[in-house]
Amino acid sequence: MDEKVGVYVCHCGTNIAGTVDVEEVATWSGEQPNVAVARDYKFMCSSLGQELVEQDIKELGLTRVVVAACSPHMHEKTFRGACERAGLNPYLFEMANIREFDSWVTDDREAATHKAKSLIKGAIERVVHHQPLEPLPVEINPNTLVVGGGIAGISAALELADGGFHVYLVEREPSIGGHMAQLDKTFPTLDCSACILTPRMFDVGQHPNITLLSYSEVEKVDGYVGDFTATVRKKARYVNEELCTGCGICVEKCPQSVVDDVFEAGLGQRKVVYTPFPQAVPNYPVIDRENCIYFQRGKCKACEIFCPTEAIDFEQQDELIEIEVGCIILATGYDPFDARRIARYGYGQMANVFTSLEFERMVNAAGPTEGRIVLRDGETQPESIAIIHCVGSRDQNYNEYCSKVCCMYSLKFAHLVHERLPNAEVYNFYIDIRSAGKRYEEFYQRVLAEGANLIRGRAAEVTDVARLPDEEGKLIVQAEDTLIGQQRRIPVDMVVLSIGIQARHDATEVAQIFGLGCDFDGFFIERHPKLDPVFTMTEGISIVGTCQGPMDIPDSVAQGAAAAARVMSMITQGTVMMEPVRASINADQCSGCRICNNLCPYNAIVFHEDDEVSEVITALCQGCGSCVAACPSGAITGAHFTDEQLISQVVGVLWDVRQPELVPAEEG
Amino acid sequence: MTAKEKPKLAMYWASSCGGCDISVLNIGDKILDVDQAFDIALWPCVADFKIKDVKGYPDGYIDLCLFNGAIRTSENEEMAHLLRQKSKVLVAFGSCASEGCIPALSNLTTKEATFKSSYLDNPSTDNPEGVLPQPVTKVPEGELHIPVFYNTVKTLDQVVPVDYVMPGCPPEPPQIWAVLEAIITGAELPAPGGAIIGAGTVAVCEECSREKHEKEIERFYRPHEIVPDPDVCLLEQGIMCMGIATRAGCGALCPEVGMRCAGCYGPLDGIVDQGANMVSAIASVVKAGSGALAGIDEEELAREIGKVMDTIEDPSGTFYRFSMAHSLLTRVRSNGDGAQDGGGR
Amino acid sequence: MSESFEPVIVGFLCNWCSYRAADLAGTARIHYAPNMRPIRVMCSARVEPQFVIKALREGADGVMIAGCHPGECHYVDGNIKALRRYELLKRMLRQWGVEEERVQLVWAAASEGIVLAAAVDRMTEELRALGPLRWGETVISGNGHEQALEEAPAAEEA
Repeated sequence: MDEKVGVYVCHCGTNIAGTVDVEEVATWSGEQPNVAVARDYKFMCSSLGQELVEQDIKELGLTRVVVAACSPHMHEKTFRGACERAGLNPYLFEMANIREFDSWVTDDREAATHKAKSLIKGAIERVVHHQPLEPLPVEINPNTLVVGGGIAGISAALELADGGFHVYLVEREPSIGGHMAQLDKTFPTLDCSACILTPRMFDVGQHPNITLLSYSEVEKVDGYVGDFTATVRKKARYVNEELCTGCGICVEKCPQSVVDDVFEAGLGQRKVVYTPFPQAVPNYPVIDRENCIYFQRGKCKACEIFCPTEAIDFEQQDELIEIEVGCIILATGYDPFDARRIARYGYGQMANVFTSLEFERMVNAAGPTEGRIVLRDGETQPESIAIIHCVGSRDQNYNEYCSKVCCMYSLKFAHLVHERLPNAEVYNFYIDIRSAGKRYEEFYQRVLAEGANLIRGRAAEVTDVARLPDEEGKLIVQAEDTLIGQQRRIPVDMVVLSIGIQARHDATEVAQIFGLGCDFDGFFIERHPKLDPVFTMTEGISIVGTCQGPMDIPDSVAQGAAAAARVMSMITQGTVMMEPVRASINADQCSGCRICNNLCPYNAIVFHEDDEVSEVITALCQGCGSCVAACPSGAITGAHFTDEQLISQVVGVLWDVRQPELVPAEEG
Repeated sequence: MTAKEKPKLAMYWASSCGGCDISVLNIGDKILDVDQAFDIALWPCVADFKIKDVKGYPDGYIDLCLFNGAIRTSENEEMAHLLRQKSKVLVAFGSCASEGCIPALSNLTTKEATFKSSYLDNPSTDNPEGVLPQPVTKVPEGELHIPVFYNTVKTLDQVVPVDYVMPGCPPEPPQIWAVLEAIITGAELPAPGGAIIGAGTVAVCEECSREKHEKEIERFYRPHEIVPDPDVCLLEQGIMCMGIATRAGCGALCPEVGMRCAGCYGPLDGIVDQGANMVSAIASVVKAGSGALAGIDEEELAREIGKVMDTIEDPSGTFYRFSMAHSLLTRVRSNGDGAQDGGGR
Repeated sequence: MSESFEPVIVGFLCNWCSYRAADLAGTARIHYAPNMRPIRVMCSARVEPQFVIKALREGADGVMIAGCHPGECHYVDGNIKALRRYELLKRMLRQWGVEEERVQLVWAAASEGIVLAAAVDRMTEELRALGPLRWGETVISGNGHEQALEEAPAAEEA
């Protein structure tokens, strides 16, 4: 190995030089084999520092560069750029992290200096084995798949469609709209949710650039960024969309009603042939096969008889549609926390304990009670209401995280109660009030001023067992009021449980279909929590809205738009360049043992039955190196992380403790 | 060498079972061609030679030396040095010479433990006084010397430079003949310096006709615990077949008849440590731990996976059956606390 | 190797979680033992048992493999592959007389700088107590065959 390595040791002001003897390290580096030049400099990332590297590459003919400075996550790109500008392939560069990993984590100057040498030695030994690599160009299909038609998905779809790009919007339910369509008012502006949402839904329905596939689910995704093929199951509606006008006569004539657990959150009923709500998009109804009298008993067909356009089709079958797209945006939303899990709050046992979603439907003028706040009997107006925050959130037994929206909607409920039932008392039981957001705190103050009773304390239980005469016939909420340091029992007529946001029950299966990761709580994992919150580790797939974590409407909308912008930028580039850190299989060395075949989380490895060898589809590979490590034939190479490179680095970092080898003495 | 003079062939056995010699004889009638082509300079299995004969040869006198057996004793090492000196081409012949093979399994324990089970605790040994081999024994006539038994078995290339390596336990006769024929006919051999000859370049699976599928192994079975499906890859059935990590050349003899490949042809090009490589490959395809992971109990997960790994009896002895001496670690650590029963469980 | 023995640990850190955790430990100025020499890999699934053994053979007193928590791997389940290999390797290390503390698998999320720092501190302490490994000097060379060779008289006959 005969390379000319340049080693650059950064002072980072005093960040490194304060703990590491950088001059000593540079001098020592200069004495290492293969090192042509070693320098130390105040700030390597400054333009002067970078020029130093560029100049040495040009004048000294360096073939490899090592910069010992901060984390590669900080400045790897910077120095790769410097190498490239000087005509050196950027992958012939290696960074030694002597700041985050060294000078910042110890005060021991001697130890830090020694460790810096070890890290640099590892980098030198590694970099001499580096190979020049070229980024991989991938062509982008300009069509995009958006999965989930809630507000996040709608926003993404509209941004893209308005930008002139075709979108396939797949929605599991009969209508788009998501949870936002169920809400009455939105905090803190008290905009009518439907009033601001339905125009956007209508736009989606009408948009020439949007193909809306409602009542459909993605079953399979093949391919890779730029060239995905998604298989979508379009479930049988038993209504011919070509013929249906959405007149609603079938719904009117249908003799069978069932409890609507989805849109009305169990609070109201719907017909068996139904549209979830009047403004549904699309407006074609769906026949609920499980409850349909005809499907169950073979008789009825009232809908068919009355349909003026003969659109009812009991013979309709599920349809599988293949869609080819370049990018995918997932906006699959959340499941509300199941309040039954917390038995001590009595939901499902005591009639007048409601979930927040039920309450949303109740206060909604279009809901089952036409906006009247009433007890379960449908008539009695409550005189007092307790709203319990953090149900299933901020609780080690359920979800540790904060669901982010409950404080604000709980305050909104307090306001709505005051508005509708001016004489009713409202008690909000909270742990902390989290009103971070534009005009959120002001809204909180407003609700306080309206006379809501805020009790700081997690409610211990809700019971109907009275201890005192004035508790008779009431629901009693017991809590420690931590502001006054006393146990309190508040008798009320109605309890509303502010249930949190949870990952979808099937989030892990969905993650597998799309090759994503889920975190502990089941939310999809973004590429970077701060700097890349909408893209995922799978190239070309973004996550927006509450499938990524609890968030409110404006955040969901912003994420939808952000993902759309990213996708548009990829589409307009036509091709994207991808990191060449990928695996490849040497077919001559592959024995066809198939060990690697199901190791790839991205299904990037295919087996060719005819010549019995496996192959890595480069564009699908994300470079994790699972298969490289597993290949028992050494037939798989992981570019930029080869065995040779990594072992050389291991040997390098151990420069001071290297062990004698078991080698034969030279003969003669 | 004058036109009439035949090249000199030597075959030596160091610490070995004799199988390599038999395998050479198993080339059948071709042995006559070998005899025709070479003068035998040393072959203890076949003819009576004294060490002083070899010492009397000029350096480089032997044209081709097939050295089988591992370096177990000081005598083995001394012979290795002597034959290196006297040979033009030195071949590490067979698994013992090239990677330690069965003798090197004792690198999984100590010399003391080996002696204990060979001379003291062995049911077929009658040694009431507990006599152990002594390098030097005083007798009335003077001192008797026997070779020193090393603590660590080494390979030939760990004591002298080797020109070629011919793997296998033993090397298969057709492969032996192919190499000898090439030498007899003067065909070009690969550049020396430890190059592999007489073997394939891909793994045994290439030669194995069993059907292979994607692998997801629920647990492992020892051979007596399962009747394998005759057509399907043994490894997929949980039988620890080493074919995936073993150089071809044998014709997949074992797996073709339902026996797991034990790995005798050694690792493939570019693989330093056959055992470690096997660990990486088979552990990767264990089923435990696949599927939904959200909210998983980390310790429980490790236990689940550990349970499957516990179905692998004596992993070191299994994965390093042939390659222990040539593995990265060469031997186990006895830790200075007296003999530790390193091998087995 | 006097009383001031400082173990050398080779660390394999995955790019997405544990490397970032170590970055964070630095940024947060969490002080911990400078004994670990980290090597970045994209995923803990890239770490081959071979690398671990190589490090032990080349003079490391211990090896730490660090990845994302199970279920949080950026490559879905790469860390599970690392865990499987580790569980098998662990059983072999036992056979080799290598103490369990010398090879450790650690989970550290990108936000868990403190977890990673504590793991390095703990491992450093454990290895200080165990003493050096130094495989070539103490295990291979220290096994007496060199001395044996010197003592060995020349064999007279083959």
